[in-house]
Amino acid sequence: MNWLMAIIQTALFVALAPLLMGFLKFCKCLLQNRSAPSFLQPYRDLLKLTRKQPVISEDASWLFCVAPYIIFSAMILAASVVPFIAIDLPTSAEADVIVLVGFFAFARFFLALAGLDIGTAFGGMGSSREMTISSLAEPAMLMAVFTLTMTASTTNLSGAIEHVIQEGLILRPSFVFALFALILVAIAETGRIPVDNPTTHLELTMIHEAMILEYSGRHLALIEWASALKLMLYGVLISNIFFPWGIAESFTLSALGYGFLAISSKLIVLCIFLAFAETAVAKMRLFRVQEYLGFAYLLGVLGMLSHIILESTR
Amino acid sequence: MILFLAYSAVIFSFASGSIALVHLFKPEVNKQWVFWLLGLSGLAAIIAGVGGLITSQIYLDTLNMGLPWLPWHVHFDSLSALFYLIIGIAVFSISFYAPHYTHVTQKDPQSFAVLSLFTGLFIGGMLLVLLADDAFMFMIAWELMSVASYFLVAFDHENSANRRAAFLYLLMAEVGALFIILAFGVMASFAEDFTFDAMRVSHLSTMWMSVAFILALIGFGMKAGLVPIHVWLPEAHPVAPSHISALMSGVMLKVAIYGLIRFCFDLLPEVHWEWGVVLLVIGTISAVSGILYAMMQQNLKRLLAYSSVENIGIIVMVLGLSMIFLANHYPEFAALGLLAALLHSFNHALFKNLLFLGAGIIHHQTHELNIDMLGGLIKRMPKTSFLFLIGCMSISSLPLFNGFVSEWLAFQTALRVDVLDDGVLRSIIPVSAAALALTAALAAACFVKVFGLIFLGVPRSRHAEKAKEITDKRMLAAPAMLAGLCFFFGIFPSSILHLIDNVAKQLIGSNLPPQSVLSVFSIAPVSAQQASYSPPLVLIGALMAAGVCFWVLHRNLKTSVRIAPTWDCGFGGLTPRMQYTSSAFTMPLRRIFSPAFLIEETIEKTMRNNTETNVAQVRYSLHIQDHSWIHLYQPVEHGVNHVAKQVGRIQTGNIRTYLGYSLATLILLLWVVS
Repeated sequence: MNWLMAIIQTALFVALAPLLMGFLKFCKCLLQNRSAPSFLQPYRDLLKLTRKQPVISEDASWLFCVAPYIIFSAMILAASVVPFIAIDLPTSAEADVIVLVGFFAFARFFLALAGLDIGTAFGGMGSSREMTISSLAEPAMLMAVFTLTMTASTTNLSGAIEHVIQEGLILRPSFVFALFALILVAIAETGRIPVDNPTTHLELTMIHEAMILEYSGRHLALIEWASALKLMLYGVLISNIFFPWGIAESFTLSALGYGFLAISSKLIVLCIFLAFAETAVAKMRLFRVQEYLGFAYLLGVLGMLSHIILESTR
Repeated sequence: MILFLAYSAVIFSFASGSIALVHLFKPEVNKQWVFWLLGLSGLAAIIAGVGGLITSQIYLDTLNMGLPWLPWHVHFDSLSALFYLIIGIAVFSISFYAPHYTHVTQKDPQSFAVLSLFTGLFIGGMLLVLLADDAFMFMIAWELMSVASYFLVAFDHENSANRRAAFLYLLMAEVGALFIILAFGVMASFAEDFTFDAMRVSHLSTMWMSVAFILALIGFGMKAGLVPIHVWLPEAHPVAPSHISALMSGVMLKVAIYGLIRFCFDLLPEVHWEWGVVLLVIGTISAVSGILYAMMQQNLKRLLAYSSVENIGIIVMVLGLSMIFLANHYPEFAALGLLAALLHSFNHALFKNLLFLGAGIIHHQTHELNIDMLGGLIKRMPKTSFLFLIGCMSISSLPLFNGFVSEWLAFQTALRVDVLDDGVLRSIIPVSAAALALTAALAAACFVKVFGLIFLGVPRSRHAEKAKEITDKRMLAAPAMLAGLCFFFGIFPSSILHLIDNVAKQLIGSNLPPQSVLSVFSIAPVSAQQASYSPPLVLIGALMAAGVCFWVLHRNLKTSVRIAPTWDCGFGGLTPRMQYTSSAFTMPLRRIFSPAFLIEETIEKTMRNNTETNVAQVRYSLHIQDHSWIHLYQPVEHGVNHVAKQVGRIQTGNIRTYLGYSLATLILLLWVVS
């Protein structure tokens, strides 16, 4: 029964990810005075892509065709680990938050390899930049996560969230720092403005798009879906770790319904914030990113130190 | 029985070396015996290791060798058994790999004999180090290992750069050995005996213990390649034949780690948290700078050697954590740290051997180790590339592979910092954990570069274009076996963790915390509520997810894949030179971490017709150097030269002066005697 719940939750997570992307686009369009496409546009795009014939370069190897499946599966696994509507699902015990970061690393590893596979300059450029940014983002992310896990003294996400709920609403300085650090990292890792622009195809600035430039058809659909999933994963992670209230603690229908409503409204708020930020901020130069991520890391360290100095019981 | 196997591993390896010597004088002796004996030695070491770990007993023995009043004491416990297992796996895999490799590269019988003789002595020396229970035998075995490996590094001595690297290696090894002797000297002077048994119960003051610790750290650290005393490592490892580099990088460094663990956790009567901090800091610096330097290398074997510095750094760092917990009376968390460090030693031996053997195959087939000259090998060498990919994934610590498990355990150890009282420790450990995260992410970037540039893309040179898959099955079997083990221990880490737990029990007298779970399906080093990871379930989940999406997409497939030329933006003429190179790939990181390197970057432009805009030719050169060369080695080298010159002044070359010296000495001696 529990396993079934976990599978349903994961399927729901995967199914709803493009909707989040659609909603984000909708908000951005409204803010930028453009007429907005429907929320469902990403689904239509994905459907169209799966029907199209994929074109593959003659220099591509098997890795190029396999990578989208690996990337997508890694994201599904990540989605199964992150508590979405309910906590205490059996899947959350199969991997903790460090493994979650490992899943992201797995997907990124293959995405970067796929970028290098064709042997064009764009692919290499994208891979190089992606690996650079992620190697700076990972320590910042773990710093923020460690702050949280040390407070809850567990690295299992479900347990950490439970701990935060039980503690009630306490304003912890460490959590504030960690929250901001995680938001900065999330923006960098999901390739949003100001680090990367998901809509750009300008060669000098693109990162994520440069790596997947050679993809088409169903392969591209999988990668697009995986990046939508990644955005949603970070959204859920941020909202459920720092504002877990409403998440279902038992598997009754009403609790699950509340849980779904709660996470939907949290994500909507988060999306609106992100849309505002993306509209207000310009993309920054590539070699400013290390300062940005350095700041995120600093926030993570501050969070950790304030946990150790101010909040610890010893 | 176990001890008998342990001895026979040593004897087989020596026998393998001597057969090579016999073969030189009596060519009718079958050369293959060399490798069969090597394989037997490996197998015996594996069985002895596993047996020793399972029974987790201490086997003692005394051998009447060496000087008559100094018999060799032998001690084979779980720690020795674990490292026996590591060496055994490496030697066993190499016995498959070496025949073809040495057959092709060494035509004349003399060099074959030299290579095999010293390989045998080298392996035997390493195994004897693990058996030693007194400082005397330890040092003899240690020197055997060092000197034998010197001859292996100097194997291609026609090349002057190789001779230089080998000399540097010998110099560093001997200086390191000197420090180890001094460390043992301090211990032995208080124990009043050379045996480790006496040292274990000796009473030292904290000051002398610290002195012994620092000496041992420098001595073993030189062998293990800790920053800043690591520079011999990237020089020496690449010049040896590939399977020897695999042994040196994958296994010999582990013997140094063994020495450090034996000295700190076993011989020293107690540990202090300050030492743990020293290890933690040095380990962190080694890990981060090792991977940064690795990233900048173009020579594949040099890159792998620097990556060994990184991994040794991680191991030492976790050992430091373990020591801190032990000194603060949390033995169960100390056991966790020790477990992580030992598991990482084991894992690193597996994947580093795999990668070095892979590098050997690449070199063998393309005669090229420069990453910028390779490319596109995945189509030409599909099997090698697949095995190498597994190695890259393991070393980048991706989930489902073995490297991840040990790194995960390292993080879990660092996160137990909450139990400590000291404010300094509480803030330094999380920061080092973040450095570990940085290291892991940089390692992933580094090995994306390695795999991407060597195997993917379009060939960058004719050698790479004409490369073919290796035909010798056995040469491929060795990396295949290691890759299989990398995957197996990634999915079922509990199988080895159970055994390593015995080591912790024997060494520091404590297992993992009582609520910990080490089952086939899941590992939870502290308790199931605090952290758990179940690789088999993750694997099943991944297969399910990939299977479902493959099935959905291919259910009613009407569109096949169309193969087309790469889009060249309409300009035409894509060439392999337009691909990203090693220096291009790492340029952002080089720029961000520029203070970590000494970078000389020059761009020379030649202009056509003396104009300012019409560029005829551009020449770009990049030279990256290690800080420790300039700031540590060159001052020492200058100092030694200077002192030598001063001393040299007494040698005038004039016979009368020397007679005068003799007279002065005579008078001095007479005065002393009277």
